[in-house]
Amino acid sequence: METVVALLSGLLTAAAVWLMLSGNLLRFLFGLLLLSNAVNLAIFAAGRLTEGAPPLLGADGALPGHEMANSLPQALLLTAIVIGFGLFAFALGLTIRAYRSFGHLEIDRMRLAEPEEGEK
Amino acid sequence: MTAPTMSKDAGERPGFASLIPALLAAALFAALSCAVPPVLGGTPLRWSYDWIPSLGIGLVFAIDGLSLIFSLLISGIGALVMLYARSYMAGHPHFARFFWFLTAFMLSMLGLVLAADLIAIFVFWELTSITSYLLIGFGHDKAEARRSALQAMLVTAAGGLALLAGFVLMGTASGSYDLTQILAGEGLQGHALYMPILVLVLLGAFTKSAQFPFHFWLPNAMSAPTPVSAYLHSATMVKAGVYLLARLHPALGDTAAWTGTLTAAGLVTAVIASIFALRQTDLKQALAYTTLMALGTITLFLAGSSPYALTAAISFLIVHSLYKAALFLVVGAIDHGTGTRDVALLGGLRRVMPVTALAAALAGASMAGLPPMIGWIGKELLYAGSATLAPSVLVMVGVLAANALMFAVAGMVALRPFWGPEGKPPHEPHEAGWQMLAGPLVLGLLGLIFGLGAGLVQPFVDAAVTGSLGQPRAAGLHLWAGINLPFFLSLATFALGTLIYLARERLRGGISATLDRLPGFDPGWDKLLDGFRAFAGWQARIIQTGRLTQYLAATFVVLALTLGGTLIVTRPVLVPDTSAPLLVWVIAGFTVAGAALALNPHSRIANIGGIGTVGIGVALIFIIFGAPDVATTQLMVETLSAVLFGIAMLRLPGIIERRTGAQQMRHAVIAGAVGLCMTLTVLAIVSHPLDRHITAYFEESSYALAHGLNIVNVILVDFRAFDTFGELTVVFLASIGAYAVLKRRAGRARK
Repeated sequence: METVVALLSGLLTAAAVWLMLSGNLLRFLFGLLLLSNAVNLAIFAAGRLTEGAPPLLGADGALPGHEMANSLPQALLLTAIVIGFGLFAFALGLTIRAYRSFGHLEIDRMRLAEPEEGEK
Repeated sequence: MTAPTMSKDAGERPGFASLIPALLAAALFAALSCAVPPVLGGTPLRWSYDWIPSLGIGLVFAIDGLSLIFSLLISGIGALVMLYARSYMAGHPHFARFFWFLTAFMLSMLGLVLAADLIAIFVFWELTSITSYLLIGFGHDKAEARRSALQAMLVTAAGGLALLAGFVLMGTASGSYDLTQILAGEGLQGHALYMPILVLVLLGAFTKSAQFPFHFWLPNAMSAPTPVSAYLHSATMVKAGVYLLARLHPALGDTAAWTGTLTAAGLVTAVIASIFALRQTDLKQALAYTTLMALGTITLFLAGSSPYALTAAISFLIVHSLYKAALFLVVGAIDHGTGTRDVALLGGLRRVMPVTALAAALAGASMAGLPPMIGWIGKELLYAGSATLAPSVLVMVGVLAANALMFAVAGMVALRPFWGPEGKPPHEPHEAGWQMLAGPLVLGLLGLIFGLGAGLVQPFVDAAVTGSLGQPRAAGLHLWAGINLPFFLSLATFALGTLIYLARERLRGGISATLDRLPGFDPGWDKLLDGFRAFAGWQARIIQTGRLTQYLAATFVVLALTLGGTLIVTRPVLVPDTSAPLLVWVIAGFTVAGAALALNPHSRIANIGGIGTVGIGVALIFIIFGAPDVATTQLMVETLSAVLFGIAMLRLPGIIERRTGAQQMRHAVIAGAVGLCMTLTVLAIVSHPLDRHITAYFEESSYALAHGLNIVNVILVDFRAFDTFGELTVVFLASIGAYAVLKRRAGRARK
């Protein structure tokens, strides 16, 4: 089962890298979202996949008789998803801001801090 | 080079505070003198403190014969130089700063010769390099001073790095950084690491003591104020290299490599420096080159292992420190009194500067090696010692030539300005004050006293040669050693020296004409630095293009290479297991379709829809595999993201694919490689047995310790509550940041 998720994670990563290299800030953000999903899937799969058994205890903390899904990666994922969202929201704000300032979204033409030689 | 502009008539009188450095040096001298009886009695003193015990590094100080000689010279000459500088530097705008630097140097230098731990020695070694940099560049408004300071710093600090590497190897080879233990052991000559250790340590010592081919920085260092030249660049700091050679002689010396390298470097330095010295008309430059010559001579004699060679090295070191410091101070007094150091403009100064003339005569006689000065004894020992070095004839000829040239330079520096017809100095000469006379006079007189009473110096030399250098006995220091080979060589020195002195004008012309045709080291140094700068600029232009896409591409390529490389090297056993319910395959396909939609360069709405599809697909996978909390969060976040994107779209332009076909190909390869590595890495992880002990802990403890049944929630709000708090802070800050970025008015940005 993990193999399917591993393949999916790889495909999402490839799509994300392709978008991030495009040179357009908006497509970079699309790539960022895809990459964060891909990495989340990878972490999830690394903790092994258990079908239909959420990590919930019985009454009085009794362990269920069957194996539960791994709770540790789930806790990490919750943090990762929320932080990823914070990063995305801020980056989106910056993107809008950059468009207002430069009038375009071409990453390689944003040279305010490091002007190209001869172009001051 | 210009004479210092300050004059003691113009400046205000220095206050009492400026005496403190001299008093401190004198107090240190007195304190060190207390160590004389026990050390000469054969009991080295030792004081230690565990500095970094985890690394076996201690702050260990020890006084043995060798340290004693050096520390007495440093503190004694230090006191005289500080007193001298109080008058010489009077009225200088950075008067106080000068004394801070000089005191810092003195303490570093004392630390260097007293430290008995390799790492501590290295630290003090570097401190002397740094303080030397500050002192050479003291007149930092002059470009030449800055250049000389930087040159000295780069050369000695580069050597210092080599030395550190050598010390670490020594520590590894001998199992200890404690010098006492290393020297007490049987030496490292037979160790497998001996050659690298020797090369690295010699690099450090040769750069510091300005041995050929690293000699070029020392004459340039003369752009420092004269007290600094007297103190650092003749009597003390440049001797740190030979100190180290002497110090490590028992552990590293007495091999063919040691003897050969030191003989060659020492001999070449001594002879070349003597020839260069004769060429100079600036008194200070002439002295600088004779310092090189002396350093070369000491290195040459440390090549040997016979009592005669080592006694000669130690004795000559003492002799040289005394007369050379005195002569530098005399030159400073001449400069101060007349406004020039050019030998052609000076003459007949003995009438107005009688005390300076006396000090110059005493020190000059010692330098020339005339009896009954200690310089005579030193020279005799050099000749006696050169008979024990191989190839003895070559060494003897070299030493004879160097000594004869030194005889001539001594005449030029100590005789020429004071005798003969009146010169034409820039201003009316006047005698220096007592503070500037005390140093040269005391040091000059010591040369005479130690010459007449060689027995006073003998125990110090004995303690150094037998105690520190591990020889059975030292050679005797005698004013009259009988009619022997050294005696005849001395007579030959005087005859040859007198000839050179008389013919110096003609020789100078010839030497200059010859040397000007040879490539110089100084222009070579400039070329080296220029080349380094050009290389740095070139690689910065290649690597730091300022294009984010290139940085990103490089990052992804490195990621793919490291992941892929690791996979290739470790070759994990992959166990692909494609048996999954049809539902999972369907969801995966649906997600991939979403990702494909996100790649569409024509419709942003399609992109957002695709990304939303991917998010929902991932959330479904979370649900199927037992992670409902994660799935809920994922769905909420995906929804919010889609909404935010939608709002942003209203303000942002459409997308155009601007990459050329070739670029797209390249990027597709990179993307494919990273994706493949990702899949293989996850497969490699899941093919490996899982360690569930942390999960097991949470499963057992979440009810027992935190009374929660939802294990994931308990981990987040209880076991890792601080992490969750930090996460909230990040999100909060991100929202404030996004708000601030969007709120700021666009008008202030660049058009």
